Amino acid sequence: MKRALLSFLLLLAFAAAAHAVTPSEQLADPKLEARARAISGELRCLVCQNESIDDSNADLAHDLRVLLRQRLVAGDSDKQAVQYIVDRYGQFVLLRPPVEPATYALWFGPPALLVLAALCTVLYLRRRSASGAGEPPPLSEAERRRLGEILREGEG
Amino acid sequence: MRRALYLLPMLLFLALAGYFTLALTSGRDPSVLPSALIDKPAPTFALAGLDGAPGLDRAALAGQVTLVNFFASWCVPCRVEQPLLLRLARDKAVSLYGIAYKDKPEDTEGYLKELGDPYRRIGLDESGEVGIDFGVYGVPETYVIDKSGRIRLRHVGPLTAEDVEQKILPLLQELGRS
Repeated sequence: MKRALLSFLLLLAFAAAAHAVTPSEQLADPKLEARARAISGELRCLVCQNESIDDSNADLAHDLRVLLRQRLVAGDSDKQAVQYIVDRYGQFVLLRPPVEPATYALWFGPPALLVLAALCTVLYLRRRSASGAGEPPPLSEAERRRLGEILREGEG
Repeated sequence: MRRALYLLPMLLFLALAGYFTLALTSGRDPSVLPSALIDKPAPTFALAGLDGAPGLDRAALAGQVTLVNFFASWCVPCRVEQPLLLRLARDKAVSLYGIAYKDKPEDTEGYLKELGDPYRRIGLDESGEVGIDFGVYGVPETYVIDKSGRIRLRHVGPLTAEDVEQKILPLLQELGRS
């Protein structure tokens, strides 16, 4: 039973590693291949648009994977290789958009909204406790007498 | 003042909803990408031609306003636009050049024999490398290149009569004058 479970888990582990990259595309140098894999995971396949070229089976994704590896073998740095593809396909190929003035709203909008919401919450809670909702006003003389009567009734 | 603050979420919502409505009804197809090469020089390339015909390189496009059409025999939408391309080349005297994208030469030949050949010259891009240099991500794609060799327009997908009348021909005319 244990062994079956273990082999099942192993199977899952390998399933996660299965990508569209075929053995014929892979480079002999494991270091270069690792860099190529890392970069291609960050590049959008333009045919399917929400898959990286590392995951996509599209023809163009295959061509771009091969091209990327050619650039790396030719001695490009990671940055140069990415730029090579951005020059041709535009920034849309980057799955992670760069931080620059045009994308400030995209990167900083959500955290700014979160901070704004937190600020509003703090202000609201503070105002609520400041308005005296915490301490009820003391009992009047008549109320104290009535309370005494009720307590005595309970005892009797 | 207090009241106005309570209305703020509502206003924010209306602004967002308005923006989404505009984006949804604009008719823009999000799968059509803008080209990264607009107003930039077309990439240099030199491609072999079909048997007995000259190939196509960037020098062949120089000094004139051209239409460069990426097509393939395996591409169904290309068949749709082919009659339009034939008419453009014949009636409007447009300098139309073809690049056969990831296609076998014999298949390209058969395709042109079947549907007609509107191109002045054809380059064979069997590996698709020139396509990548142009930023092609699906055939057909059509590029307008001006006299100085700059890409002025990219059209993704088959051309329609409307595209030609409203986009391509006016641009060709404008570029031809200057």
